[in-house]
Amino acid sequence: MTHSASSARAANSARAAAPEIYDVERYRADFPILHKPSRGKPLVFLDSAASAQKPRQVTETLKSFYETDYANVHRGAYALSERATARYEGARETVRRFLGAGKAREIIFTQGATESINLVASTYGRKFLEAGDEVVISHLEHHSNIVPWQMLREEKGITIKVVPVGDDGEFLYDAFEGLLGPKTKLVAISHMSNVLGTVMPAKRIAAAAHAAGAKVLFDGCQAITHMPVDVRDLDCDFYVFSGHKLYGPTGIGVLYAKEELLNAMPPYQGGGDMIASVTFEKTTWAPLPAKFEAGTPAIAQAVGLAAAIDYVTGIGLDRIAAHERDLLLYATERLATVKGLRIIGSAPSKASVISFALDCAHPHDIATILDRSGVAVRAGHHCAQPLMQRFNVPATARASFGLYNTRAEADALVLALETVREIFG
Amino acid sequence: MQDELRDLYQEVILDHGKHPRNLRHPADANRRAEGHNPMCGDQLTVFLKVSADGTVEDAAFEGQGCAISVASASMMTEILKGKSAAQAHALFSVLHSICTGEEDGHDHSRHNLLAGLDDEMDRLVILAGVREFPVRVKCATLAWHTMVAAIDGQEAATTE
Repeated sequence: MTHSASSARAANSARAAAPEIYDVERYRADFPILHKPSRGKPLVFLDSAASAQKPRQVTETLKSFYETDYANVHRGAYALSERATARYEGARETVRRFLGAGKAREIIFTQGATESINLVASTYGRKFLEAGDEVVISHLEHHSNIVPWQMLREEKGITIKVVPVGDDGEFLYDAFEGLLGPKTKLVAISHMSNVLGTVMPAKRIAAAAHAAGAKVLFDGCQAITHMPVDVRDLDCDFYVFSGHKLYGPTGIGVLYAKEELLNAMPPYQGGGDMIASVTFEKTTWAPLPAKFEAGTPAIAQAVGLAAAIDYVTGIGLDRIAAHERDLLLYATERLATVKGLRIIGSAPSKASVISFALDCAHPHDIATILDRSGVAVRAGHHCAQPLMQRFNVPATARASFGLYNTRAEADALVLALETVREIFG
Repeated sequence: MQDELRDLYQEVILDHGKHPRNLRHPADANRRAEGHNPMCGDQLTVFLKVSADGTVEDAAFEGQGCAISVASASMMTEILKGKSAAQAHALFSVLHSICTGEEDGHDHSRHNLLAGLDDEMDRLVILAGVREFPVRVKCATLAWHTMVAAIDGQEAATTE
């Protein structure tokens, strides 16, 4: 156990006894980049849904790991390699605990959620899905949970069914149930929309999918940063997320899958580390999780991800969620005062991602003008073009709020939007 | 308001952005191309009517985009009418230089093509404000890439 993990846990139990106020300034102090001006103005970073900033606890862990414990893993009978292996496997255990998974070997490290989904499509999909089988996705998906299934459709002749969303961006559960049938083999749904902030009823989705005999994959890229996630409580078969949205490094992601599925699936890539033995006649696979981790993995990034998880669990996902809930409600209320502004997505179950449009200006013009006020928002289709088509907009501007954002930053957003109206109004 | 923003969003650009000229699909167009900016997903279609001797008799576009891309497309359709295909190419080079600040070599033939087009080139200078906004250069050039593709008989253009 790392020192930071134990101190975080100690801090947690202290809080359990006496819940303290969410001291956002204390957490902001952990993120040096938030204190560097942007375009001569204080940075107002409202694009954590694309990628979150990194606390010192993560960057310092990366630095010290490279300076003191780094070597390749799972080989070398020497002290450094032993330490590096212990840190890497320790990171896997941290992820297991964080997700509530039963076994560390159910945690596969990948480059990111995109690779995790492609892994499932290429291995589980290719082996177990046949022509005519159905994969159910939703209209809210990120391209990374659409395109791999389309590639599988090209190859295998599967059918893709799309759950519609309502005018408020809500997941239409009844329509979802209506799509389930004897041919449904997999339900692959975003746990939370990266565009509208809609949170899907994951537990009900999983139960209904299982009742129909299908497996369930949740794309947890957004949800993992905004709420506690327990894969056994959800009873999902696959859960994927990326480290960089969870305040961790880029180049590292996670695939959780139930052990029996991972055992049944063929390997994803061939190479070193994923074999038990190799001869020119026959090669046998390594046991889990190595079977799915061919080649030298992203060792330091995994260690950095564990530091990020220690960081957010040290604060507490429940407390982060409550803070972000306050920001969501406050920002929604403030944005409603901007003339001609329309929020796209007002599902009852929503986390702190707000897409909006102005009647007078295109999202790119909005983002350019906000940027000159130091306010960083994303403008574009957010890798969700079908959703843009659903709401009949070419693009949206999106403000997303993370653990370090403040009400004052929502005010700064609203103030900067007045400049847009000044130019375009 | 900051000077860079004022330079980018000049009155003329805002006017063309809000009230684009030649936003239509001419029935007698004989060239068309689709333009696509993968960064933002903006898409537009440019329609041209090019005569047998290579003169652009009509230019129009359809699509939606930001103020910069719509204004640039709108101004382009006005400027192109009556120009030869070779002049249209030369004006695109001028526009590109204006938007990026990069000179791409004034060769002799281009110089001749641009003779007498001072007013047109002056009108394009208004787009120079995008120089301060590198990610927006593609917005200003999308319609022009698409126009060149249409003239050259390609069906699609991208800013990549």
